[in-house]
Amino acid sequence: MSKMSDLAQHIVRSYEQELKQLRDMLVEMGGLLEAQLATATAAVVHGDSAAATAAMEQDPAVDTLEREVEQFVIRLLALRQPLAGDLRQIVASLKIASDLERIGDYSANVAKRSIVLNQFNLSFKLSGLAHMARQVQENLKLTIDAVGDSDAEKAVQVWRADQAVDDIYTAIFRELITYMMEDARNITPCTHLLFIAKNLERIGDHTTNIAETVHYASTGEVLPEGRPKGESSAYTIIRPQEH
Amino acid sequence: MDQSTQPSILRERAQAEAAEAARVSIRNLDFFYGTNKALKSISLDLPDRKVTGMIGPSGCGKSTLLRVLNRMYDLYPNQYAGGEVLIDGVNILEPGTDVNALRSRVGMVFQKPTPFPMSIYENIAFGVKLHEKLPRAEMDARVEWALSRAALWGEVRDRLRSPAASLSGGQQQRLCIARTIAVRPEVILLDEPTSALDPISTLKIEELIDELKRDFTIAIVTHNMQQAARCADQVAFFYLGELIEVGPAGQIFTAPKQKKTQEYITGRFG
Repeated sequence: MSKMSDLAQHIVRSYEQELKQLRDMLVEMGGLLEAQLATATAAVVHGDSAAATAAMEQDPAVDTLEREVEQFVIRLLALRQPLAGDLRQIVASLKIASDLERIGDYSANVAKRSIVLNQFNLSFKLSGLAHMARQVQENLKLTIDAVGDSDAEKAVQVWRADQAVDDIYTAIFRELITYMMEDARNITPCTHLLFIAKNLERIGDHTTNIAETVHYASTGEVLPEGRPKGESSAYTIIRPQEH
Repeated sequence: MDQSTQPSILRERAQAEAAEAARVSIRNLDFFYGTNKALKSISLDLPDRKVTGMIGPSGCGKSTLLRVLNRMYDLYPNQYAGGEVLIDGVNILEPGTDVNALRSRVGMVFQKPTPFPMSIYENIAFGVKLHEKLPRAEMDARVEWALSRAALWGEVRDRLRSPAASLSGGQQQRLCIARTIAVRPEVILLDEPTSALDPISTLKIEELIDELKRDFTIAIVTHNMQQAARCADQVAFFYLGELIEVGPAGQIFTAPKQKKTQEYITGRFG
């Protein structure tokens, strides 16, 4: 299977430029989201409400870019009638833009919850959450790189790495339930923290979706359905200890 | 594509297509124009009652291959074919082959409409008369049948005695298709049949191809990727006399396996 990046240039140079422009739009969108997620994470981990507001305000810019990608894709389909690898890349762009937009929504929600969280004095550290956020950010960055370079190998790397995120999420889930059982005053902040962790976990899933899309667009091959998954919070039971 | 990673619907379709019988089997076919080797060890099956699209840049050998399938090359000196072309299991390249009978079994339609300088009716009846002696009523019925199958009957039924040259380009091409199917062939070869036609006439021919494949095995040479994508069940890509890749149209136009195929159909060379 030939990789897109190995291929010769289009005879029609304007088409080649349009395909590059489409990729650039996604990378721009991805850059905005990396910044938004970093700001939202700082808002939670450092209790920075100004950062929270900044992260929330980024959402409309991402939405606008998504619409621009959509319009551009429809134009390309109509005017260029793309085939094979070009067709895959153009259709993939539509899906990637949609996944990126969702990532933006989750980041905004993380930021929003951090504002409520700041009103509580937490009796525990958020190191697990910070660790998870770092991992998610790294994967997002790698995915955006894969989008920019149509790099199937990087995409597979992200696809595999999401399991670590799921594992941390399950651990955080247990940890937060434990805090809630220890002290009922933890219930409100921990519930928000659970949602924040869940949002990060969802960002990880959308990042993985993008990786799968990049892989298909680049190689024409679908990654197997059973991707490595570690998220098992749905089966987690923690009972109060008998004294 | 690795079988295990294909969506199951594609996998089932591929298996179903593989199971279909080939009406024409080309085996290790070489073809020479004098000393110039124009086809290099081509092996390809044309599945029964399916459309095989042949694509590739000019000079890649696709039209040459069509000319071998009904032995049109016999009409020219210094042209030779080696290997086998089996139609219903019989090698038509054998010296003893009845070439006239072969050409009634394997009909051909060309790029430019080629109506004979006679009436619409006579254009259809002409080929039939070479192979069959039909009473008038049966000939009338055959002409109507062929024109109907070529989706032309409604447009010409009131002027069958008019010269064929009075028809429009698109109608003339459908007349040529009617003339081809009038002798009831098994295989129809179409060499860029719509390249001289406007888009609406082109769509009418494509609709006709879709209709005809219920009864005939069809091979179409086209320079128009979208046409191959619209018409063909199976697509074969030729380059410099070699068959580079063959596969279901859905696979060739979304995920071709060979780099050369990908580059050609996306407009990166050719």
